[in-house]
Amino acid sequence: MTENIELKVDEVYHAESRRVLATLIRLLGDFDLAEDALHDAFTAALEQWPRDGMPANPRTWLVSTGRFKAIDRMRKRARFDASLETIAERLDGNINEVTWNEKVFNDDQLRLIFTCCHPALPADARIALTLREVCGLTTEEIARAFISSASTVAQRIVRAKSKIRDAKIPYQVPERNELAERLDTVLHVIYLVFNEGYFASSGESLTRSDLSCEAIRLGRLLMELLPEPEVIGLLALMLLHESRRKARTSSDGQIMLLDQQDRSLWNQEHIAEGLQLVERALSTRRFGAYSLQAAIAAVHAQAKNAAATDWDQIVGLYEVLFRLDPSPIVELNRAVAIAMRDGPHAGLELIDKLISSGDLEDYNLIYAARADLCRRLGKKREARDAYKQALKLSRQEPERRFYERRLAELVD
Amino acid sequence: MKYLCLIHRDENVIAALSEAEITALEEEHLAYDDELRKCGHFIAAEALQNGHDSTIVKIRNGKMIVTDGPFVETKEQLGGFFLIEARDLNEAIQVVSRIPCARLGSIEVRAVRDSIRRANLT
Repeated sequence: MTENIELKVDEVYHAESRRVLATLIRLLGDFDLAEDALHDAFTAALEQWPRDGMPANPRTWLVSTGRFKAIDRMRKRARFDASLETIAERLDGNINEVTWNEKVFNDDQLRLIFTCCHPALPADARIALTLREVCGLTTEEIARAFISSASTVAQRIVRAKSKIRDAKIPYQVPERNELAERLDTVLHVIYLVFNEGYFASSGESLTRSDLSCEAIRLGRLLMELLPEPEVIGLLALMLLHESRRKARTSSDGQIMLLDQQDRSLWNQEHIAEGLQLVERALSTRRFGAYSLQAAIAAVHAQAKNAAATDWDQIVGLYEVLFRLDPSPIVELNRAVAIAMRDGPHAGLELIDKLISSGDLEDYNLIYAARADLCRRLGKKREARDAYKQALKLSRQEPERRFYERRLAELVD
Repeated sequence: MKYLCLIHRDENVIAALSEAEITALEEEHLAYDDELRKCGHFIAAEALQNGHDSTIVKIRNGKMIVTDGPFVETKEQLGGFFLIEARDLNEAIQVVSRIPCARLGSIEVRAVRDSIRRANLT
């Protein structure tokens, strides 16, 4: 009987703990207080639920209990620090503000996401805090995923929480007039997490693919709470990328480029969902860069094989993307697409212009792109030089192996 | 909550402005000061003299040491400050974003620490 309840509590923990935390942070006004309260609440659940049975609404029970325990804790500590009594009274006072409906819980989750991704926090702290508080990952899991130490991650999180407290970053969803910008920061964090998991080296692929799944889960959560076009677009983009995971590496860990991938390994469920979401995002006409990137990914996803790719559509989409985001990386990707549509000469011209502009000096992929076009044109020496440049600038093992392989193939 | 907002800007950018542009900028600033006074955010604001004209004062081993400032030859110098009252950081950011100099330089927003004395006055 007790085992059964423990399992139930575990289930509830997985399903509800993040939402309970988000609400507790609002009620108690402090991350650490809320985390202690969450812990106390679940401890109490393990003690009381076997005895009294499962409550009708576990989430509500946990929030109430957590809050009560926190106030109790404050009162006990107030015996040593009088200022805490005032805090305890204030916390107790806002009992009337506690309403229980889905909207409130959703708003609290949004508050949590936007606060963890506040632009005033350093970028790596936003990621760590979001993964910890919104996704519930442990410090060790985050450290492993980002090849850092648990103590570094822990310190980042502690500093971030201090800043939230000391600079008074409010626990709120941004106003309508700032929403677009602030949402951009959130989407950026989610996409960073996804990419960390997507470009994993084959050795650690198990941990890393969990990161991509976490990012997708976050994306889905955000879409449920705030179905803005770019939120939908980002989810589509992530799903379409993720659909190709199995095909991206060969059995011995070599990178397989898009045109070499076995498309039968592509996850059709992800693709179907991704395509649907792209359509939804684009139909709103308020779409942005993520939706456009997703649209490009969608064109690839719909091609039965590499030769069937509609490069003309892709070039068109890059034109629109460039107008929205005139960055050199978009220009590079557009150049590559133009090379596919109009032939290597056209692409090479554009890429050489980009290289001479100096913007992407340290970006190994621009040299890889040049190398590939030279290779296709039979310019072996130039191709080798460019691959050597790319190799110098690459720090990723599978990528480096790929360049070395190409170099070996280009030996006369 | 009080926030000290430090206006950092490149002296060369200011020097490159015409007389008319500088006057217009000053007027914009004065108008904004008034706006902030009206909605209760304003505590204080001043423009500062050229960064190269600053002086550094230290006491070490009981001796006073006075030297020419600034600390470091950086491109951006402290050009002025605002001391504002705001509900939280988001509100402070909104107030600061409308300071005319935000278009020319960067504004550092620092929360003012509650002194122990002040904290006990509840």
